[in-house]
Amino acid sequence: MTDSRFSPPRASRAGALWLLLLLVLVLVLAVCSLNVGASRLNLLNVLTADPDDRVSKILFASRLPRTLALILAGAALAVAGAILQMMARNRLVDTSTTGPMAAAALGMLVLAIALPDGLPLWARFLLVSGFAAGGILLFLGVLQRIPLRSALIVPLVGLIIAGVVHAGSGLIAHHFDLSQSLRAWNSGDFSAVLRGRYELLWVAAGLTLAAMLLADRFTVIGMGRDFAVNIGVNYGLLMAIGVALVAMIVGSVVVTAGVIPFIGLVAPNVVRVLTGDNLRRAVPMIALLGAAILLAADLLGRLLIHPYEVPSSNLLSIAGCVVFLAVLLHGRKQWS
Amino acid sequence: MIETRGVSKRYGDTLVVDDVSLSIPKGGFTSIIGPNGAGKSTLLSMISRLTPMNAGSVVVDGMDVTRTPGNVLARRLSILRQDNQTSLRLSVRDLVAFGRFPHSGGRLTAEDLRHVDEAMEYLQLHEYRDRPIDELSGGQRQRAYVAMVMCQDTDYVLLDEPLNNIDMRFAVDMMQLLRRAADEKGKTVVVVLHDINFASCYSDHIIAMRRGRPVYQGAPEQIIRDEVLRDLYEMDIRVHEVNGQRICVYFRMG
Repeated sequence: MTDSRFSPPRASRAGALWLLLLLVLVLVLAVCSLNVGASRLNLLNVLTADPDDRVSKILFASRLPRTLALILAGAALAVAGAILQMMARNRLVDTSTTGPMAAAALGMLVLAIALPDGLPLWARFLLVSGFAAGGILLFLGVLQRIPLRSALIVPLVGLIIAGVVHAGSGLIAHHFDLSQSLRAWNSGDFSAVLRGRYELLWVAAGLTLAAMLLADRFTVIGMGRDFAVNIGVNYGLLMAIGVALVAMIVGSVVVTAGVIPFIGLVAPNVVRVLTGDNLRRAVPMIALLGAAILLAADLLGRLLIHPYEVPSSNLLSIAGCVVFLAVLLHGRKQWS
Repeated sequence: MIETRGVSKRYGDTLVVDDVSLSIPKGGFTSIIGPNGAGKSTLLSMISRLTPMNAGSVVVDGMDVTRTPGNVLARRLSILRQDNQTSLRLSVRDLVAFGRFPHSGGRLTAEDLRHVDEAMEYLQLHEYRDRPIDELSGGQRQRAYVAMVMCQDTDYVLLDEPLNNIDMRFAVDMMQLLRRAADEKGKTVVVVLHDINFASCYSDHIIAMRRGRPVYQGAPEQIIRDEVLRDLYEMDIRVHEVNGQRICVYFRMG
């Protein structure tokens, strides 16, 4: 095609550059993450030493699984946030601020009470994902029944639902003397991630990939039902797929690490400024940025009071609030 | 041909569209006019399967709109409603390109790109192609949506109040464009219009609705008449012939 009008617009070339930068950022953070921990180790040693020595053991049993878990969970949560924003047609929402995460934590609690002997991993994953799906449907269902949907009402509705679920879990946990466990699930971190305890997140990786393949359709969903129906997109089916994708991503992360807040809010909103909301272009960047944010939060948590750790979710809550306020102030013309 | 058979829509106790059976011929330009609350927009959105009907059926070229797969119908019939609010940050070109979705499912071919460019050219949008739609004026955004629908390249093009938010010059451009789409490309254009003078000057066929029912149908010469319009709108409207066009005057009577 020689006609210059058919050449890709400037926006997409800038997008490719950002994508590359984010990729480099994730790689750099991943290398740092492999290097930081209670015991010192030099990555270069791994190349020369035999596989049974201490360095290799730490690396392959702990550091590498943890780093992979951070990348997979961060990317998946960021993409789940972007999909939820399209389904709710509002960019001020995230799985952690609207109910799904809180519902998943409730699911963990119910499991601990009803089946204290434990279930196989896949069963726990499916049950907790079911609770997360319930949280999403509750949120979307309430939204549908609110006639005047100002952009600011939507996140408020989400916060109320999340708050109610959270409080309910607290009551139940108190009654069954599980408050401490609930607190642990609610402030997720990756310090307990070892080889054999993070592999569920590969499911999240698969779901992230599926979301990338459906990116165009989720953008269409974000344009509203009439828009979607006009161009022949099966709106109901896509919404159902979206609920399932988001619920299973939340389920896999909560089962593995606990509640990780705000990544799904921060990453899509930053990428939106860089490349806009067309998910076909945005989703890869959203995933990389989500991975980078979670890697950075975890790294900072490991360094702040070294050799002890601050849960990454605590740091993310602080950072997330700042970004949330920035987005609100930046777009205040649209909200009023 | 679009045929509605006994179509009704009820919101609570109000019958918004009341047992409407009518047919809209294939080809040409059909306007639906009538006072507020006549059910024009509801009828249009039932024809285009956006709103489910309480009774009756709609058939477009032999296809029942509620039973035909959405993506099959999307290649034959397109609909643009009023109030296309979005907070998404999409470029004009990305929006217009979504019109090709029923044809290529998001993977744009050279043929699709040709349609996208042609539609943007038609609506004079090339200078805004990379602009996010949330930064456009109301009129520019309306043109971008119309370009998307044109780019969908369907036999039937349904538009609800396409002249909303746009100034006189672009309103005339828009109507001429739709007229040309009917004349040169053989499209069937169905438009809900508030401005009866535009309906008078551009239509082949006018459907006049009141209280959920079509009360008059016919060529502009049959509908744009003092007595018909007085009955329809319950006010004095004088029709004058100016340069061979039937123009309604109602701004200041007495």
